[in-house]
Amino acid sequence: MNNHSSELSKQEQFMTIYKRQRRLITSYRFLIMLAFLILWEVTANLGMIDSFFFSSPSRVVLQFVKLCAENNLFWHIGITLWETIISFLLVFIISLVVSTLLWYSSGLSKVMEPYLVILNSLPKSALAPLFIVWLGTGMKTIVVAGISVALFGSIISFYTGFMQCDPEKITLIYTLGGNKQDVFCKVVLPGCLPTLLSTSKVNIGLALVGVIIGEFLAARQGLGYLIIYGSQVFQLNLVITSVIILCIIAFVFYKAIQAVEYRLKKQMGS
Amino acid sequence: MQNILELKNIGYSYHALQGETKALKNISFHVKEGEFVAIVGPSGCGKSTLLSIIAGLLAPEEGTILVNNPDGSLHYPRVGYMLQRDHLLEWRNIYKNVILGLEINHMMTEERLAYVNQLLFDYDLDKFKNKRPSELSGGMKQRAALIRTLALDPQLLLLDEPFSALDYQTRLMVSADICHLIRNTGKTMIIITHDLSEAISLADRIIVLSPRPSTVKKEMEIHLTLLDNSPLAARNAPEFSDYFNQLWEELTSE
Repeated sequence: MNNHSSELSKQEQFMTIYKRQRRLITSYRFLIMLAFLILWEVTANLGMIDSFFFSSPSRVVLQFVKLCAENNLFWHIGITLWETIISFLLVFIISLVVSTLLWYSSGLSKVMEPYLVILNSLPKSALAPLFIVWLGTGMKTIVVAGISVALFGSIISFYTGFMQCDPEKITLIYTLGGNKQDVFCKVVLPGCLPTLLSTSKVNIGLALVGVIIGEFLAARQGLGYLIIYGSQVFQLNLVITSVIILCIIAFVFYKAIQAVEYRLKKQMGS
Repeated sequence: MQNILELKNIGYSYHALQGETKALKNISFHVKEGEFVAIVGPSGCGKSTLLSIIAGLLAPEEGTILVNNPDGSLHYPRVGYMLQRDHLLEWRNIYKNVILGLEINHMMTEERLAYVNQLLFDYDLDKFKNKRPSELSGGMKQRAALIRTLALDPQLLLLDEPFSALDYQTRLMVSADICHLIRNTGKTMIIITHDLSEAISLADRIIVLSPRPSTVKKEMEIHLTLLDNSPLAARNAPEFSDYFNQLWEELTSE
């Protein structure tokens, strides 16, 4: 009995230490942010950095309030979010379809390989001016820009994931009397879910990059437009406020996919 | 008992840009219904290729395979294949894993599922139905893999070094266990192994293959006097070491 209770307290000790470390890490994270914000505010107020160029936290907050009141800030945020989500979903669907076709036909994948490599390493921002000429200035161009940045890397990652499936697991399906479709549905696709999700985490960030590039060049709305507009009229408060909002959006997207990942992992028990 | 399978002059080569590699040459043997046959040979001699041909996963380049079904029908006997590792899928629970074959063949009939449930019960796995494979011991996983194979009611079971991923102690127990379970079903079995003592303790007959290109070097009937029912009983049989030495000679002589 005595032994049992001392063991329990060891476990409790472990839990306390673990929780304390978690709390420490979280508080250090906030401390760094706080220190940065204070340093930024103080140096701006003391004139050590020019607040006209570098803004300051209080100016960002004022700008934020002003934007909410006058410029429909949430409309701009909503537009950027919407374009990013559409691009992301289209990237996911198109790369899933294309990589599945490549997996089914080794001939097709061999033929397509050099094209995929070239398209993947091409800097997609170079294409944005072309998209404007082809598609005009509007949401279509921006979504296409968002897709173009993420798509080819995503196809390559999905396809590589499919090809890394354990060949013995594929043999297993054949020995159970299955065909290629069974191999894909029972072993390759479910086995690759972790790859699909980790690639998606990267993709949503890349889609956001593409959308902002698109908005720089071809938009009258969205955060990318606010940034470009702010820099053109030398309102750097506006630029920096938009950039900070982008930071928050990127973080929220990442966390959202992480939550999906966590739920799926729990469901699949791995 | 009649032969369920007769192989006649089977030959197979692998082709690559560097040239042709002859894996199998003139392989002929037969397997009787209900018999346990072990195939041994030096590593890389094409044992797995031979098993793939028997399973119908590869077509032989030369020779023929004759089939005599017990019921007189002409179709190829239903073959159950157990691979080197259990390959239970981690994203399915044990129940979903063992009915994988039924799912693929669209055979999820009440009768089949009842049979699977009976096997799960018989093999002490019914309590683990909803567990993930990683929560089971190595032996339980092999039993689950066996149920997955038996669910399709195969007439011929092929085992390709099925226990090689297990540690030695577990392997002794599991191989005796699994083969005992298969014997109880009355099915025919062909097992590939590089472990001579495993072959002697499990099989009725051992077929020794030569190095590549493989041919049948020797066939050996095994009759052991079992003293008890333990997993080690076969290894303690008085004839065991004689068989072992004979096999060793066959494998090492040129």
